This record gives sequence, C-alpha cells and structure tokens, in this order.
Amino acid sequence: MEPSKVIQAMYTDDDVLMSAVKKVKAEKHHIEEIYTPFPVHGLDKAMGLAPTRIAITSFMYGCVGLIVAILMMKFIMIDDWPQDIGGKPSFSYMENMPAFVPIMFELTVFFAAHLMVITFYLRSKMWPFKKAENPDPRTTDDHFLMEIGVHGNEKELTRFLKETGAVEINLIDKAH
Amino acid sequence: MAINRSAEAMTIFSVIQAGLFPIIHMGRPWLGYWVLPIPNAYGSLWVNFNSPLLWDVFAISTYLSVSMVFWWTGLLPDFAMIRDRAVKPFQKKIYSLVSFGWSGRAKDWQRFEEVSLVLAGLATPLVLSVHTIVSFDFATSVIPGWHTTIFPPYFVAGAIFSGFAMVQTLLIIMRKVCNLEDYITVQHIELMNIVIMITGSIVGVAYITELFIAWYSGVEYEQYAFLNRATGPYAWAYWMMMSCNVFSPQFMWFKRLRTSIMFSFFISIVVNVGMWFERFVIIVTSLHRDYLPSSWTMFSPTFVDIGIFIGTIGFFFTLFLLYARTFPVIAQAEVKTILKSSGERYKRIRESGATLVGTGTDERTSGKVVTAVKSSVEKLKKKEMSSDKSEMKDSLMASIGSFDLNTQTPDDLKKIKGVGPKMEEVLNTIGIYSFLQVSKMTKKEYDLLDSITGSFPGRAERDDWSGQAKKLIN
Repeated sequence: MEPSKVIQAMYTDDDVLMSAVKKVKAEKHHIEEIYTPFPVHGLDKAMGLAPTRIAITSFMYGCVGLIVAILMMKFIMIDDWPQDIGGKPSFSYMENMPAFVPIMFELTVFFAAHLMVITFYLRSKMWPFKKAENPDPRTTDDHFLMEIGVHGNEKELTRFLKETGAVEINLIDKAH
Repeated sequence: MAINRSAEAMTIFSVIQAGLFPIIHMGRPWLGYWVLPIPNAYGSLWVNFNSPLLWDVFAISTYLSVSMVFWWTGLLPDFAMIRDRAVKPFQKKIYSLVSFGWSGRAKDWQRFEEVSLVLAGLATPLVLSVHTIVSFDFATSVIPGWHTTIFPPYFVAGAIFSGFAMVQTLLIIMRKVCNLEDYITVQHIELMNIVIMITGSIVGVAYITELFIAWYSGVEYEQYAFLNRATGPYAWAYWMMMSCNVFSPQFMWFKRLRTSIMFSFFISIVVNVGMWFERFVIIVTSLHRDYLPSSWTMFSPTFVDIGIFIGTIGFFFTLFLLYARTFPVIAQAEVKTILKSSGERYKRIRESGATLVGTGTDERTSGKVVTAVKSSVEKLKKKEMSSDKSEMKDSLMASIGSFDLNTQTPDDLKKIKGVGPKMEEVLNTIGIYSFLQVSKMTKKEYDLLDSITGSFPGRAERDDWSGQAKKLIN
C-alpha cells in the first residue's frame, strides 16, 4: 500500500545521490521514486528497478512491420494486380522478392521505431497536455529528489537522510 | 554531444525541403497522396512497388518521421527544464505542451536511454538506406552517366560530406551568435573537418571510379557522357565540382588549417557550393546530351525553377532560425551528465571520511536545514581564512593549475579589465601568468585571491575576470 506521507530529500550532485541511494537501500527503506534532471547511470540498478523491456517490444514491432510488408507485397504485386513491367512479369513471389527488399526494410524500421516510441510515451504517461508530475521544478534543472515513504519514523529518517548529503528535506502529506 | 541537436534539426528541415520538390513537380500536388498504396474504389489498381521512385516515397517518409520522433524524444527533458524555469505564463504553457508532461522519474530515464539507443541504432541504417534508394532513382535508369553501380556508396558518402559541411556552416555562426564557444569547441570543429576530409576523399574516389568504369566498360555512350562532362559545354560546372569537393577538403590534412575557425567556415561554404554543383553535373550534363543528338540542348532555368530553389532555401532558414530562437539548441540533459565541477570535491570529502551534511547547499535550496548548514560552511571558510597565506596560495594554484615560466609564454594579463600593471605584478608573484589560469577562477578562488592580496576586495568578481579571460582565450 502506498504510504500517505512521504519524505522528499533533495540532492545537488549525482554522485552524492548514488551513494545516498545505496545507503538508503542498505537501511531497507523503500524508495518511492527518484526524479533527476539527467540520466544517472547505474541509478536504476542501485534503486532496484527491473530492467526495461522496451527494446524487446521494439524488436517485436519490427517483426510485425516485416510481416506486414511481406503480406502487402504479396497481395498487391502478385495476387491482386500482377503487372508485366518492361517484359518482366510478376507471376511468383520469389522471383520478384528482391524488388521488395527496400520496402520491407523501411516498413520494419518504421514499425519498430514508431510503435516503440508510442509505447514509451504511454508507459511513461507522456502526451501533449499531460501535466508534469515532478514534485519540485528544480528537478528538471540541477537538483535530484528522492521520495521515501514514511511509516511513523520521520524524525529518524530525516536525520538519516541529512547524513547522506541531502541539502533539503521536506515532509509531504499526500492527501489521496 | 553538443552538435547532435542542431544537426538533427538541420536534417529534418532539409528533408522537408527535399520532400517538397517531388510534390511540386507532380503537376497536381493535391493528388500527392496517390503515391500511397490506397485501395481503389473501381477495382484493383495499386502503386508500382517495383519502382525506385516508390521506394523513395517510403524511404523518405520513414526517414523524416523517425528522425523527427528521435529528435523530439531527445528534446523532452530539455523542454521540461525550460517549462519549469519559465517565468511568463504563456511560455510556461507552450513548453509544458511540447514537453508532454516529462517528469524525469528514474524509470522514465531508464526507458529514455534504451529508446534513444534503439532509435540511434535504427536511424543509422536508415541514413544509408535513404541515400542508397535516392541513388537508385538514377542508377536504375538507362541514361548514360546515371546508370552506374557506384552510385549508392557514392551518394551516402556525398550526403555525409555535404551534411557535415552544412552543419559546420550553421554551427560556426550559431556558436558565435549564441555564445556557445564553451559547448561547441574547436575540437568539435576539428573533428568535423576530419570527417569532411575523409568523406570528401571517398567522393573523390567515386568520381574517379566513374571515369574509370566508363572507359573500362567499353560502352561508347557512357564514355561520351563522361568525356562531355569534363570537356563539353558544362566543363566549368564539372571542374567547379571537382575542385570544391575533392581538392578543397585536402587542406584539412594540416592541423593549423583545420583548427582555424575562419578557414573551416570558408571550406564549409566551398563544399556546400561544390555539392550543389555535383547535383547540377549529375542531372544537367546527363540530360542535355542523351542518345539522340537532335534533341541535344542547353539547360536554362525559368523563373519558376529559380523561384523554387530560392524559396526552399528561404523556407529552410526560416525553420532553422525559428528553431534556434525557441528550442534548446544544445542537448542539455546529455551535456549535464559530463559537465560537472563538483565531482572532485565530493570525492575528497568522502575519502576523508567527513560527513556529507549540507555540502551541496546553495542559495536555491531552502528550508530550515540550510541555516544550520550555512553556519558549518562559514566555519569551514573561517578555518581557511585563519590558515597562513602560503597555504592559501597552494590551494589557489591547485584549483586553477600552475604555470611553468620556462616552457610557456605568459599572457598579457593587463588585457583583462580591472587588472593594471600593479595587479599583474601581484598575480605574477602568486604564480598566475595565463588567461587559462584566470579563466578557471570561481567565487572560491576570488575570495582566496582577495585574502592573499588584501587589495580591492571583490574587484575580480565584479569585473568577472574569469569570463573576460575565457573570451581572451578564444
């Protein structure tokens, strides 16, 4: 269950944040969320995020694109309207396949790229007119914010977070 | 890292222009959507998927849309930063619209990194494919001078060559106008020059291969096409192309020339002109004299041709200038990952075993915690003050770097506003001789300097010596 109160610790340096995350994890506190202005390498592993599967979806979308291209070429150029262009008739798929390779490639890339990006936007809840959810405007600039759930241990937690190098600590009541 | 954003922008804007040409030349541009495979109401009728012109439709639209999505995804964090820093409500509204509500969660960044990687991987073969397929438009025809197998790699190299030259032209201006000297460095310009030199040489090899194969093939039409290019009525265009594209980049073998900004700019313009002539040579010389001598003619552009040409250039620059005015032209989230001055400091603190409490506090962090922190910072400062001057000198030199009089020549520090002959002497006795050293000074170093010299407190900071020194270095 999501705790109703969270503590927000601000950091100004990614190295300090990383060491803080490791300390917090070692103390077995649960990190709700971390907001950073740039990708901090190794942060996802340190805070225990599962690796992203978005590259796999991209591969699958690419396969879909390839299949779509193959079927489309087969239907349009062979089945539905076989043409005799310059004395080179379109009678069997295999004979004409080399001419379709560019289209197959382009559609594979088209599907892989666009569907992956759409998946990314939807999974991360991003679209035009979406309201941003970073709790502090400084987190897109040069500050890092770690959110930790509070279970009646705020005093102790505040002291602990200060020790990890946090420059600002706020207790937020998340009224649901 | 500093040039990718603008290079992508330039690519997208030029592809938009490139896409306009076939649409304009369709004759009935409002029926342009007929190039798409749309089912016909009157029975079976489809576009011809055997035609390289149709491959091109797919190649260019995929290339344009994927580049656009790649570019925009990279822009999201930077748009979000502008959104969160915007003061005026209108700007805030616009940037929150275009930033798609980017929040910068750890999971978002994890996906962002993966998506960027995959898109970059997809975009690379896409670049190859789009230029290859454009070259097929020519190479699969039977016109002498076009019907050559060297075309795909030749067009790819030519595209990289002219693309880098155009990036060079635009960014050298942008760097100056927007004061981006610290981000788009001379090293960037030098590396781009090396790419221009290498791809220019590849293009040169392709030109010569064309000539050789024309001779070697024994096809007299092919032989005549190339003889006509080099010695016919359009020889001036051919030799213009040769000298601009093959000869001029060879100057980049010299370190002095490729690190000179003015010279790089000059060569980039020359290459742009040369690549325009390359297209002119390929299209005009091959068409003006084909198999039938009775139809031989010279090309004279109408006002419509010239108008379309100038119009698309104008359209390109309109888009690019709008971009330069309103978009973050440097991929800032990326640059932030490598630009930091604080790393060393934290490492020192950690290794000395001291606590990290409040070490990162600045005037923008607020709350009760800060006051306690500030006092400890001040205590630290006081401690520094009380130590003797030579120690201060050492720490000052450690942070701005030392200067060896025997191997280096000192700069004229009097060029900095606020430094007189006397101050220069004082600086020299401390060990500061070069602009480079001065440019590395920050608030901490200024304070140290003030307490060493004891004269004109705050002067260096007010006059922004380090900023001035940075300008003097460039």
